[in-house]
Amino acid sequence: MATMVTSAGVDLRELVSGVIKRAIQLGASAAEAVVSEGSEFSTVVHLGEVETLKESGSRGLGVRVFVGQHTANTSTSDLSDEGVEQLVRGAIELAKITSEDPMAGIPAPELLGQIEGDLGLYYDDVYSLSNAERIEHARRAEKAALAVDSRLTNSEGGTFDASIGRKVLANSHGFVGEYRSSYCSISAVPIASDEAGNMQRDYWYSVARTLAQLDSPEDVGRIAAQRTLRRLGARKLKTQKVPIVFDRQTSGALLDHIFDAANGDAIYRHASFLAGKLGQKTFGSNLTVIDDGTIVGGYGTRPFDGEGVPTRRTTVIENGELKNYLLNTYTAKKLGMATTGNASRGLAGTPGIGNGNFYMLPGDKSQEEIIKDVKQGLLVTEFLGFGVNLVTGDFSRGASGMWIENGELAYPVEEITVAGNLGDMFSNISEIGSDLIWRGSVACPTLRIEGMTIAGE
Amino acid sequence: MDKRFFFEKYGLSERDLEKYLGAALSAGGDYADLYFEYLTSTALSVDESMVKSASQGISAGCGVRVVTGERTGYAYTDDLAPEEILHAARTAALIASGPAKTPIVSLKDKAHPSLYPVTNAASDAELSKKVELVFRADKAARAYDSRIKEVRASYADELRRILVIGSDGTFAEDVQPLSRMSVFVIARDGEVSAKGSSGGGGRNKFEIFLTEKTPEHFAKEAARQAILQLTAVPCPAGEMEVVLGPGWPGVLLHEAIGHGLEADFNRKKTSAFSGLLGKRIASDKCTVVDNGTLNERRGSINVDDEGNTTNNTMLIEKGILKGYMADKLSSRLMGLPNTGNGRRESYEHIPMPRMTNTYMLSGDDLPEDIIKSVKRGLYAVNFAGGQVDITNGKFVFAASEAYLIEDGKITAPVKDATLIGNGPDVLTRVSMVGNDLQLDEGIGTCGKDGQSVPVGVGIPTLKIDRMTVGGTGSAA
Repeated sequence: MATMVTSAGVDLRELVSGVIKRAIQLGASAAEAVVSEGSEFSTVVHLGEVETLKESGSRGLGVRVFVGQHTANTSTSDLSDEGVEQLVRGAIELAKITSEDPMAGIPAPELLGQIEGDLGLYYDDVYSLSNAERIEHARRAEKAALAVDSRLTNSEGGTFDASIGRKVLANSHGFVGEYRSSYCSISAVPIASDEAGNMQRDYWYSVARTLAQLDSPEDVGRIAAQRTLRRLGARKLKTQKVPIVFDRQTSGALLDHIFDAANGDAIYRHASFLAGKLGQKTFGSNLTVIDDGTIVGGYGTRPFDGEGVPTRRTTVIENGELKNYLLNTYTAKKLGMATTGNASRGLAGTPGIGNGNFYMLPGDKSQEEIIKDVKQGLLVTEFLGFGVNLVTGDFSRGASGMWIENGELAYPVEEITVAGNLGDMFSNISEIGSDLIWRGSVACPTLRIEGMTIAGE
Repeated sequence: MDKRFFFEKYGLSERDLEKYLGAALSAGGDYADLYFEYLTSTALSVDESMVKSASQGISAGCGVRVVTGERTGYAYTDDLAPEEILHAARTAALIASGPAKTPIVSLKDKAHPSLYPVTNAASDAELSKKVELVFRADKAARAYDSRIKEVRASYADELRRILVIGSDGTFAEDVQPLSRMSVFVIARDGEVSAKGSSGGGGRNKFEIFLTEKTPEHFAKEAARQAILQLTAVPCPAGEMEVVLGPGWPGVLLHEAIGHGLEADFNRKKTSAFSGLLGKRIASDKCTVVDNGTLNERRGSINVDDEGNTTNNTMLIEKGILKGYMADKLSSRLMGLPNTGNGRRESYEHIPMPRMTNTYMLSGDDLPEDIIKSVKRGLYAVNFAGGQVDITNGKFVFAASEAYLIEDGKITAPVKDATLIGNGPDVLTRVSMVGNDLQLDEGIGTCGKDGQSVPVGVGIPTLKIDRMTVGGTGSAA
């Protein structure tokens, strides 16, 4: 079957090295180039029939040039000689209109490098299945979901996706690095109806870097069905303050806000409520948060960051104390610190900051035990909307989930919001679950948080 | 207008197109199309009073789609060499399994509207003029108040050229300019920080940023919001009367009902609005349209990404659901009119029904009478964005500027409030509609199934009798 769509006759390492060389010839004092190529496959099966089948490969090239302390970047999907020449000339030309920024530059040579050894990021088996087999995975996930209960009458479909990619980065200090990565995933999105015709949908998915670690379509479908069915008959709640339990899906979303707040870009601009809090006991003593870009097989793992700096393990919060921000070269210079190897880079634009594998250290209670201790409270299983203000930490998002009565899940709830301040919320975590499971590059166990406001009727 | 762009740049001929579409229909299928796209973009921003960087990009490619019954096969290539397009066509053809069909290929361009400039578009302006815009915004924001500490202002434009060739004889070419400015500021007063943002643009000439939508206009607006938020009080929580200001709060329509009226969800009966055509879904004061034909608006397009001209489509007339927004696939399968709402993010994406500019028409009420009628409620005038669950109709949107209304008067500003409601019933609670319809400034981007497209929204001042407001303050 399909193998990596390799650019006909183009060696990608030679290509980026050539771009760097050309940029220097044309007057750049430093340059950095990145090229990526990938293949993607996706299929959606709706009520047993294939709805879409998509398969393609793509490539792109980006360059960042420095002319003294002026910098600019360009990107293109045209990898022909003319396309590359236009790319480099365009970047040099564009740098002339930018300001002199004393902090601009690529990382110092001694900071460059990469983690050696197999990081478990690429398995070619994700692209080994025939189209018929791929469709069958999607079909099985949807079928398993709809088979669970007769109230599951419709579906947004079952899906199977696979992708492989390769990225090569080089700069004028002589760094050249590359890595490949692979993903595959299965999902199911069933829809349930009650007697009155009210519909609910929910979903479940499995994602892995190799087919061998993907959950079975049947497991994915069954969990999706259970999550959907339990939403039928959802009620609103009265406005009140009660303990709130966040399951792994929603606690991970909360932890993601902490990443955004610890992002050096937001810190140096004072656009985060964590700015100026370094070394302070900002959160509860039970809270330790780590970013680790080196975990073998992790979804946030890579051998080097978007600027060619090796990734690493950084403790962000330790026992409630803010220990480190997450930085790239530019934000580190602005803050007078050292990069943490968290530069992220697409083809276009300047490098931003991305997480590695970002997680909260687990506690020792299961989710069941945490729920059991709640006399009256709410289990939040889904957020809706984006009501987060990182400058102030104010948080208010739509939510749905299950009402907890005497330690038991009593009934589903929806059309409510949960609100608080992220600083207070992460200081008022009364329970941290033992259930840390990686399903993406951010992972958080079940959390119980006190003092938040539910708005409803 | 440089017609025949793709023919000249890539040496395309009628025979090539016949060959590609023939390959796409080589295993049967009801319909196939080719979507050529060539996009150039520029972005620059000022930050700490420096233009720290600037970006330019070129992206080009061709997507091939084959439709058979309800099934769609899709493949794309960013290499426009004939053998690569043929390969994509043969890959997309795998969706069908039947005897080959012969496409009708036409190179006859029908007359299309011309809603925006194709020469002197914003993207044609000199870079130095674009740089000047962001510096002016920076200066104006800082001059507004000494408590404005951080200013980021950005300018971005693009020029998208598309060519759509369908096996049904569809032939359409368009050149779509798009530009926008945005300003983000942070104000600080002692320990208290607050943010403000503003922006706008459209499919306009560059001159609009020198006349109507000036950098100073956006800078002052962002700075005003941030200074105001410094003194904001916690937002009350609970159900209350809500008044939405005119313009951008129309994002309520987009989330609460817009997505639910996109034909694909209704074809699959997964929308909370499925089967409600001809039924009352709003108070009789509400008339809502989706209009892709407005001059120079961000959500307007001469032709959609399937080559159809856009329309002014009645969605809700005096409270009654009148129509859905359809693309080719859903109009054929549902027997609905094709409203020209088939859009896609790029050549890498399959088109689907999407909104253009969605807004409610003006009513008869004076805005000041609407405020006066509220005993205790919330007046929301700016929003950060929203989201909807199409299936159960629940939607939320986050207010970035809102005030309490007490005894018919606007009083204290409140901190970030979230409004949550149920799409099929929120418009039935609209009891007053102002005579002051405004469209937004041209800043909206809508995401659906991972695809982003530029859109517009608008409303007159509206009163909703009861809505849940999420905040941390004491219950209302």
